[in-house]
Amino acid sequence: MSIKLEHVNYIYSQGTAYEKHALKDINLEIPQGQFVGIIGHTGSGKSTLIQHLNGLIKATSGTVYYDGKSIYEDGYDMKKLRGQVGLVFQYPEYQLFEVDVITDVCFGPKNQGLPREECEKNARWALDLVGFPEKYYQQSPFELSGGQKRRVAIAGILAMHPKVLVLDEPTAGLDPKGRDEILDQIAHLHKETGMTVILVSHSMEDIARYVERIIVMNRGEKMLDGTPREVFSHYKELEKVGLAAPQVTYVMHDLKERGFPVSPDATTIQEAADEIMRSLHG
Amino acid sequence: MVRDITIGQYYPAQSRIHSLDPRVKIVCTLFFLISLFIQNSLPGYAAATVFLGIVICLSKVPLKYIVKGLKPVVILLLFTVVMNLFLTRGGETLVHFWIFTITESGLRTSVFMAIRLMYLVAGSSIMTFTTTPNSLTDGIEKLLHPLNKIHVPVHEVAMMMSIALRFIPILLEETDKIMKAQTARGADFESGNLIQRAKAMIPILVPLFVSAFRRANDLAMAMEARCYHGGDGRTRMKPLKYHGRDYAAYVITVLYLVIMFVIGRFVSFKLWIF
Repeated sequence: MSIKLEHVNYIYSQGTAYEKHALKDINLEIPQGQFVGIIGHTGSGKSTLIQHLNGLIKATSGTVYYDGKSIYEDGYDMKKLRGQVGLVFQYPEYQLFEVDVITDVCFGPKNQGLPREECEKNARWALDLVGFPEKYYQQSPFELSGGQKRRVAIAGILAMHPKVLVLDEPTAGLDPKGRDEILDQIAHLHKETGMTVILVSHSMEDIARYVERIIVMNRGEKMLDGTPREVFSHYKELEKVGLAAPQVTYVMHDLKERGFPVSPDATTIQEAADEIMRSLHG
Repeated sequence: MVRDITIGQYYPAQSRIHSLDPRVKIVCTLFFLISLFIQNSLPGYAAATVFLGIVICLSKVPLKYIVKGLKPVVILLLFTVVMNLFLTRGGETLVHFWIFTITESGLRTSVFMAIRLMYLVAGSSIMTFTTTPNSLTDGIEKLLHPLNKIHVPVHEVAMMMSIALRFIPILLEETDKIMKAQTARGADFESGNLIQRAKAMIPILVPLFVSAFRRANDLAMAMEARCYHGGDGRTRMKPLKYHGRDYAAYVITVLYLVIMFVIGRFVSFKLWIF
């Protein structure tokens, strides 16, 4: 169930005065089960990129393969693809529309043509997975808090049982507590279900803690691609394009420059603390 | 998708026409439209063609865009041409076929009518191509300002217009986003019968209305927070001010109008059809 992009280019409003080359020759392969972070500045093409993954926008040139098959082939079942590659947009709570939470989450499975009981079973499973309390199932989604609305919206995608879950800035506009809860839940989900998770963000700190691979986008091009450790070792280049490595990276590099015998490639606070302790004791 | 629709069809460029004061453009467009109706002869249309041609050249708007703008009136144009061609009597009969008769003056009238209609649309589209919707409302507000004396709420109307214009792209983008989000959840907007399709719009319309009200509320709040209290005593950050080029544009257009008037007065007045 891998996703593969080959020479994907995308140009907005081609042939008008507002033409914009949003993606430039993207080559990418994401195997099943990976936890990937896509990072980049506003307008770097990351949102455009993820909309290619479930065929919402068609590449101007190049091909997207899902499970080895080109999704641009005639007669390809797009509806099925969208069930398999679940895409959660930025501020997904603005897509809620039903009278109560459970019906809204059922919308996806219903569109997949599942019978009523099955829809509801999937919806309950999804709401449980995102940690949404059962006592609010009958409430109007418009009366919930921001964090809860977002859980409902994410559950709305999860209820379709996707194999790949793509989240565009799932923590935008949430307070630190809500942010950590959502991210922890997503990490938990990845461990539990083994689905591929693609997390789009512009915060390195958010991403570094969870993902096993980071793709850095800059001006529509793939700039870096590797493990967090590899990517953060290029912290000077990241800075040049307006992104920053996690603060611990700076601390560790500073320490090393000032003569402490630490290795500077820790990516999380815990790792950094362990490394400093090791160098002090050893 | 939806984002490809251009509203207000503004064409961004740097040209002499773009940099004119919006009031000049509105008034001169009006003059141009009048000029088309005060004459009806070959020399008159030749003069109009030259004037329009020069303006299009100066505006740097590709001719392709202006021709595209004529598309919506093609039906009306054809209808007028056919009506005039067959129903106008007078002059020599050119073709006679069953119940259809085409006369010399019928041919003349239909051709001139077609040109007149096309120039009407082209002339006004030049204005919208070269003026942003916002400066257009500014211009209208300033021009209609005297109506305040008879208690027409000019400022409020202009403010409503610019807010409405401001919200069109935002709501379009929002619609695009919501449509995509619901498509990602397997919604289908293209298949099914009329009722099914109407039903399929609910997942778009509900969030769209919710967000429109939220935005309206936010905007009202933001305006209030900055002490907006209507037009009384309100000054502008960039007041409209006439420059040399604006006076020059007025002079040229008035001169053109006079020429057209003279042509209309002395050349083939007999073809006046209104």
